Amino acid sequence: MEEYLKLFVASAITNNMVLTQFLGLCIFFGVSKNLNASIGMGMAVTSVMTISTLLAWAVYNYVLHPLGLEVLMLITFVVLIAGLVQLLEMVIKKHAPALYNMWGIYLVLIATNCVVIAVPITNAESHNGFMTSFVLAIGSGVGFALALILMASLREKLQYADVPKSLQGLGISFILAGMLALSFFGFSGMITL
Amino acid sequence: MSTPILILIVLTSLGLLFGFLLAYSNKKFSIEVNPLIHIVEDVLPKGQCGACGFAGCMAYAEAVVLNPDVAPNLCTPGKDAVAKLVAELTGKAAAPMEPQIAQVQCAGTHDKAKKSYAYSGVEDCVAANLLFGGPKSCKYGCLGLGTCVKSCPFDAMVMSPDGLPIIDPEKCTSCGKCVSVCPKQVISLMPIGARVRVNCNSKDKGAVAKKACSVACIGCSLCMRQCPYEAIQMVNNLAIVDAKICEEKCSDALCLSKCPTKAIRPFVTGIVPGTENEESMAIACASCAK
Repeated sequence: MEEYLKLFVASAITNNMVLTQFLGLCIFFGVSKNLNASIGMGMAVTSVMTISTLLAWAVYNYVLHPLGLEVLMLITFVVLIAGLVQLLEMVIKKHAPALYNMWGIYLVLIATNCVVIAVPITNAESHNGFMTSFVLAIGSGVGFALALILMASLREKLQYADVPKSLQGLGISFILAGMLALSFFGFSGMITL
Repeated sequence: MSTPILILIVLTSLGLLFGFLLAYSNKKFSIEVNPLIHIVEDVLPKGQCGACGFAGCMAYAEAVVLNPDVAPNLCTPGKDAVAKLVAELTGKAAAPMEPQIAQVQCAGTHDKAKKSYAYSGVEDCVAANLLFGGPKSCKYGCLGLGTCVKSCPFDAMVMSPDGLPIIDPEKCTSCGKCVSVCPKQVISLMPIGARVRVNCNSKDKGAVAKKACSVACIGCSLCMRQCPYEAIQMVNNLAIVDAKICEEKCSDALCLSKCPTKAIRPFVTGIVPGTENEESMAIACASCAK
């Protein structure tokens, strides 16, 4: 149990996908303009990441690995995630229209994002077991949501700041992201797996 | 079994599996969409310009059908005809809309507006504007690099050889796309029935404006004093005409007579203001560009 807790904290904070591994920056800057949108996006990424990781784990361990087809890992995962997101969109649209209105637009964006595919690949490459994969996926998702929400709150505050003209918009956001990443680097070494 | 065949089998079965799964769930999880939405969408012009305030024609169709508070006449490109049809389809009362046209508030052609430097960068007004506000000495005027022409979803704009865009009154739907892309905010929408217009956007003081461009509004307020109906106001050294008062009350346009730089002129469409005598040339040019 302690091992999983450590893994969760490590994947959410010390090895944060966005701020220490620099994955998923497109969403990180695109959807961090307001807090509500970033919360929705964070939840959507976490859930898609978890479900697709489990599916990818099953496919890798029961189909690709036994047949010796590890080369097909990348293309299979891409197909899996894209298909899954489509399916998820339909199901949510039908059964939870309120949730769809909140998430719907983000779901399609996630289908082709590198953060979502990074977790299954990490799991496959280090031959993680089912539970480990599951915890890693949830941890990475929560870490991504955390980074997104932090960034969105900062950028909302930023609107009241007197930013020099040449840095307005994306410029100051990049600087901010750099500082945020720097502070997350302070956690590195606290947990070693 | 050899690897290529295995790859073929695995990928094919994966593709088929997902294909059938998606096709099946598309049927199973399909939602009844109000068919009226598609009918309304077919009526709309599909320029996807967003002038209605929604994300596109489909979004507007959905909103106007489902939400009783959304007015049927928000589609500016569609004008009255579309507003009427949409109102009929949705059972809402149609409010008449006044036809408008986009107009460039600048007459600073190559020979009239001075340049402070020669620009040879990207052919785009936004890019040029980043470089000290563009090559023209006047910091308010049209840059003439045609960002608006490229943005027009209805092909209603053509760049004239004089360096100002010409707007085709037949094609302009007053969607406001050009208004929003112009980095100088020199394009505005005005009622098609307007009588006069001020072809200048310069908020500089008279002497500065005149130095940069020979047809600038110098803010002398002579036109304002001529107008008996108080339709003209001076705001930031620039004459602003209230087209509504003009249209309703005025018949002889006294304001035109005294302007020292001829910045205020009769409202004409389809040509660059100040090049009226070259009218035929401008039209010929517009037609070859098509």
